[in-house]
Amino acid sequence: MKVRVSLPSATQRVGMLFGFWLVLAMFGPLLAPYAPGQIIDTQVFAPISHQHWLGTDYLGRDLGSRLLYAVRYTVLICTLSTAFSCGCGILLGVATTATPAWVEQVAGRLMDGILSIPSLLCALLVIAAFGDSLMALVLTMGVIYTPGAYRTSRALALRIARMDYITVAMARGEGRLFIIWREILPNMRGPLLADVGLRFIYAVLLLSNLSFLGLGVQPPLVDLGSLVRENVLGLVYGAVAVVLPTIVIAVLTVGINLVLDATAGRRS
Amino acid sequence: MTHMISVSNLEIVGRRRHGPAVPIVRDVSLDVAEGQMLALIGESGSGKTTIALSLLGHARAGCAISGGRIMVAGHDVTTMTAGELRAFRGRTISYVAQNAGTAFNPALSLGQQVIEPARVHWSMTRAQAEHKMIDLFRALALPDPETIGARYPHQLSGGQLQRLMAAMALVTDPEIVVFDEPTTALDVTTQIEVLAAFRSVLADRGITGVYVTHDLAVVAQIADHAVVLRHGQVRESGPVAEILGNPRDDYTRELVAACRIPPRTTFPAPVLDRAVETVLDLSGVIVGYGRLDAAGLPERRILDEVSLSVPRGSTLGIIGESGCGKSTLARTISGLQPWAAGQVTFRGEALAPDIARRTREQRRRLQIVAQNADMVLNPAWRIGASIERVLTFFRGLKGAEARNEAARLLDMVRLPHALLDRLPGELSGGQKQRINFARALAARPDLVLCDEITAALDPVVAAAILELMAELQRELGISYIFITHDLHAVRAVCDDVAVLYGGKVVEHNSSQSLTTGAHHPYTRLLVSSVPEMRAGWLTEAMTARQAGRPEPLQVAPQGGCRFFPRCDVRMPGTCDHNPVPVQILPGGARIACFTNAAALVPDGDDGSCPDFHNRPISGTDSPEEVRHDDPASF
Repeated sequence: MKVRVSLPSATQRVGMLFGFWLVLAMFGPLLAPYAPGQIIDTQVFAPISHQHWLGTDYLGRDLGSRLLYAVRYTVLICTLSTAFSCGCGILLGVATTATPAWVEQVAGRLMDGILSIPSLLCALLVIAAFGDSLMALVLTMGVIYTPGAYRTSRALALRIARMDYITVAMARGEGRLFIIWREILPNMRGPLLADVGLRFIYAVLLLSNLSFLGLGVQPPLVDLGSLVRENVLGLVYGAVAVVLPTIVIAVLTVGINLVLDATAGRRS
Repeated sequence: MTHMISVSNLEIVGRRRHGPAVPIVRDVSLDVAEGQMLALIGESGSGKTTIALSLLGHARAGCAISGGRIMVAGHDVTTMTAGELRAFRGRTISYVAQNAGTAFNPALSLGQQVIEPARVHWSMTRAQAEHKMIDLFRALALPDPETIGARYPHQLSGGQLQRLMAAMALVTDPEIVVFDEPTTALDVTTQIEVLAAFRSVLADRGITGVYVTHDLAVVAQIADHAVVLRHGQVRESGPVAEILGNPRDDYTRELVAACRIPPRTTFPAPVLDRAVETVLDLSGVIVGYGRLDAAGLPERRILDEVSLSVPRGSTLGIIGESGCGKSTLARTISGLQPWAAGQVTFRGEALAPDIARRTREQRRRLQIVAQNADMVLNPAWRIGASIERVLTFFRGLKGAEARNEAARLLDMVRLPHALLDRLPGELSGGQKQRINFARALAARPDLVLCDEITAALDPVVAAAILELMAELQRELGISYIFITHDLHAVRAVCDDVAVLYGGKVVEHNSSQSLTTGAHHPYTRLLVSSVPEMRAGWLTEAMTARQAGRPEPLQVAPQGGCRFFPRCDVRMPGTCDHNPVPVQILPGGARIACFTNAAALVPDGDDGSCPDFHNRPISGTDSPEEVRHDDPASF
């Protein structure tokens, strides 16, 4: 008998990568040797040493500890906002394939309206008006990415709604809810998964941009974008403190992107 | 004898990602002499298209030619470089694809595309190429050869596009043309014209051809030699007359038999008799779209005053060409397409036009089996779940009870129980269509609407499905409405047949009498267009057709009969203005035509214009007027 080593499927790999980042966000700070705000060294922008594995930042704080906290906020905020945008978008997108035409008219134009505003500008405006609490951040980013999820899921659902098996279900007299939940949604899983991942990446980038501009997560809390901003002076010294957070942002977004691309390639 | 094409020991493998190489074509050898036509026959997946493409030095993505030699017009195709292949394709050998409708670029005029091969190969100047193109258009019997090149793909019909694609293949004067199922997507009435055009052009120019098809009747008309393929291997090869007349291989015999399904004999003939209880009755059903006219009816009609009835336990066939409203009729009866006027009675109860307003019992008793087996089963559901849902929905069966019943239904359609745990993607087309059928039976229906259920299946598989249908009818007493464009299938399973043309029922008759007795001119055209599996049929049919047929008119009539422009017994002034009378024949058959039924009896076998004197029909205009305007009288 040949022993077959089965690699995790594409979907499982996406799940594993997301799982890794979520676990890191939840429990990573437990590994932090210092509190994130604690100044522990007089030397700022210290290089990597056995005391400070990842060096120190512009105030002499332990970068490793701060990075672990930053990952927590970036990942959690982005996960929540993605859940919000994809939840609303998919629900509305699929539902409008089975509702009267005017519902789509209203929802569609509303979505087009949001879509027409540049996302960063929109976020700046909302945060200027409503303050920069974490809740405001999550909701703003959620709303900004809802139209994308809506459009994608509606296009997918419309294609499926034209299939003969939907016709058969309708001829049987199935209810709208049954058709949406049992007949249409299961067939959208693959492409939707890819879409959710993509929205998550967009959210990470937007949050990092906002924080870099000083409008995202506010001190004493910290996220990856604000880590880059506060240590940007270290660029001239070639400090680890500015290089590492950018690398983490890149690894987070590019990594998820690559895994998602692999799933898309599988299907075609 | 010189061989234009000589393939020896060809091996082609396919590979999925990093999986093992799967042989698609195994040890295939074939030769084609100059000026001859070779037919590659086989069901889907037999490798016939793969072999045809390999003659052009092309292997589809994921496939590779792994062995053997392909000599085409003196070139060894397997050793040619990409550059050499580019010069070779379109110049020495060209290709005519199956679906002309999607093979043309919709944004360019047809003329530009037809002369493109000549321009790409720099073989002639634009003026020369255009001159050549017009000659070809004339030879292929296209209308307006001088100006048709300026038109765009969407302005022409499928049959015309298919001929234009042949012109594109021929414009560079290639030595070899590969035809890949060029008439499969066409209606029979169009197919015959396209076939005749292909044949005369190829014969005139002495072109060597390869013709890929699964239709043996077409093979009989167009090919000299044939190769029967199955699972990528040659089962039998030889002259066409040998293979069709005296097949030696078991599989070939099966194929030939599938094309000669015996006509239905189980049900007694006079089913049009009103004494038999009817299951479904349609009267004056109108379906359409667009603005409403004064009477509140839609201006553009897909179905126009359709009246039909289905006696209990019998099968009604609906035939007609694409666009005649066949599928709309199925959707209308099943309540997916509400009608604007008319009445549908099912088991004595009036049906609501909208599915939502029909009772569950009505929906249960009227089931639909849709056309495309690949799309009717939800790909995310296991087969068991698909069937059990119907059992739960209509009959309230749950758990083990539903499971057992589903297994019993699989027995009924002759499939193993193991399929219950499979996904639709893992099944073959024929299996899916059986499952589809089992799902309809799960509701214990009285009437099953079958919309082109055999259209996408290979002949052997289709024949088995038709047999199953007839068997289940005998056992369960179900009635069917069988929508198709395949007249063989109609004869095999139907008792009655309704012929649709342009949304109107032009004839309602017994299916066994399609070749004899009085028929609507369109029915006769349809019946005479179905290829027969003997050589020489095409020549006979075309001669007969040209003898008695006036030129088709390009303008649509304003009122009256929709078939008027194509009719061979048309009476200008009458047929194109007045409402069409329906004649009821002694046997109960109904024909909607101005010409008297006696004059519609075919004259011998040829189906040409009869010499009968046209008598006026009661209920139409005055006799003098009819006689006066009728070119066929006296």
